[in-house]
Amino acid sequence: MISRKTSRRAALQQSLAVAGMLVAAGVLPRTALAYNKEAFDAKTVADVVKALGAGAPAESKDVTITGPDIAENGAVVPLGAATTLAGVKQLLVLVEKNPNTMVAGFNVTDAVEPNFLTRAKLGQSSDVYAVAITNDGKAFYAKKEVKVTLGGCGG
Amino acid sequence: MADPMRIRAQASGGNATVRVLMAHEMETGQRKDASGKTIPAWFIQEVTASLNGKPVLTAEWGPAVSKNPFMQFTVKGAKAGDKIAVTWKDNRGDTRTDEATVS
Amino acid sequence: MRKTTLCAVLALAAFAPHAWAQKSTSDGIAEYREMLQDGNPAELFEAKGEDLWKQKRGPRKASLERCDLGKGPGVVKGAFVELPRYFADTGKVQDLESRLVTCMSQLQGIDPKEVIDGAWGKGERANVTALATWVGSQSKDMKFNLPQSQQQERAFYEVGKRLFFQRGGSHDFSCASCHGEEGKRIRLQDLPHLSGKAEDGVGFAAWPAYRVSSGEMWTMQHRLNDCYRQQRFPEPIYASDATIALGVYLGVNARGTKSAVPAIKR
Repeated sequence: MISRKTSRRAALQQSLAVAGMLVAAGVLPRTALAYNKEAFDAKTVADVVKALGAGAPAESKDVTITGPDIAENGAVVPLGAATTLAGVKQLLVLVEKNPNTMVAGFNVTDAVEPNFLTRAKLGQSSDVYAVAITNDGKAFYAKKEVKVTLGGCGG
Repeated sequence: MADPMRIRAQASGGNATVRVLMAHEMETGQRKDASGKTIPAWFIQEVTASLNGKPVLTAEWGPAVSKNPFMQFTVKGAKAGDKIAVTWKDNRGDTRTDEATVS
Repeated sequence: MRKTTLCAVLALAAFAPHAWAQKSTSDGIAEYREMLQDGNPAELFEAKGEDLWKQKRGPRKASLERCDLGKGPGVVKGAFVELPRYFADTGKVQDLESRLVTCMSQLQGIDPKEVIDGAWGKGERANVTALATWVGSQSKDMKFNLPQSQQQERAFYEVGKRLFFQRGGSHDFSCASCHGEEGKRIRLQDLPHLSGKAEDGVGFAAWPAYRVSSGEMWTMQHRLNDCYRQQRFPEPIYASDATIALGVYLGVNARGTKSAVPAIKR
């Protein structure tokens, strides 16, 4: 009895490990998973992109990050990600110095323009990134610095 | 039942720019309350939108999206009178759908 | 108009990266505030307030649609910019929040204590905030025109003025300590000169406002309460005569300026 349970658990663990390796090898599509917990837990730009199954990101003039230079309050910082590249499947908004780097991922389809605006919390002044991930697994980014100030007591 | 979203969809040049305001705490799970207990994470994880019933957008969000989130996107091939529906789902499994007509 | 402004900001970003680097801090903050104008979460409270105005609620299961905010029963447009004012039925000068409490009590049977003894952001007090946000929004961009025709209105102005300059509390602060002079600021927050020449959308003309730092909707009552707290005074009773008198003083000083309500703030 006990040995059968153990071996079943072991078998499960092994197949999970194999699946993990297949995913890492790019054979199983990571982005097919609806909510990519690994991407949202990642602590660096590189780790977010890796968790989404794309190669190391390269800077590109065809990707745009919009946002203020100074945010009066880090609780609400308007950030926009856009791209003119073809074959983009995902546009990400990242805040480098946040406890977890990934803020949001927008899946690009033919039905929407690859241009999204949202508002993010910034824990501190940080570089913010727009990352475009293409169908063939390449990643391109644009970044800018957003300074976060602590306002005064009023207003 | 969560409070309703505010959706504005404006047609322009064959597309519709959609602006959405959602009522949600977007709790990160990193704050502590007065007694020092961590306030559990509670945030929208998934956002979807459709045009006349056809899915046009899906997005995944983390807790770093601001409280009472704002989102703007542009739907292609939309005109005045079309229906835009937006749905969010949070990490507790709560969900909310609201609709607006493109003006 | 808002959409054009956002486009203008984005256009600036695309074509003038060098100019951005040389921009002053206050310009940067002005741009940040401009970016938030479109999609003010206050709209969520506005929508809730409109629902509450029309919903049959309370022991009397009635709506607020017959509430007289100073321009006649049910007249909402333009009411905000004429408050606080004197009301014959209560014999008192009342501000927006206290008048909403009166209507909720008289029309719906809701006990004023639920608001006055309540907590910010909860229960009936939160409902008053939502209602105030909606009522305020119906006078957006209209000019303040508080009446001073009634003797009590004039008396409240004088009381408000004296309260404004009255120093006290552990730090010997008055409202004037922060708001009595031109050009004052706390860290990066410019402090409006509330006893001087008023400006469109500033000071009295900016509350109710959505505060992004806490994600809360604040009415003038909340703002005044927090000012007193920051001055190390005891917090005033909700809708007390003192708070209404200050509202009259600030509102009359704001005559002719435009309301920006509901605004968005740090």
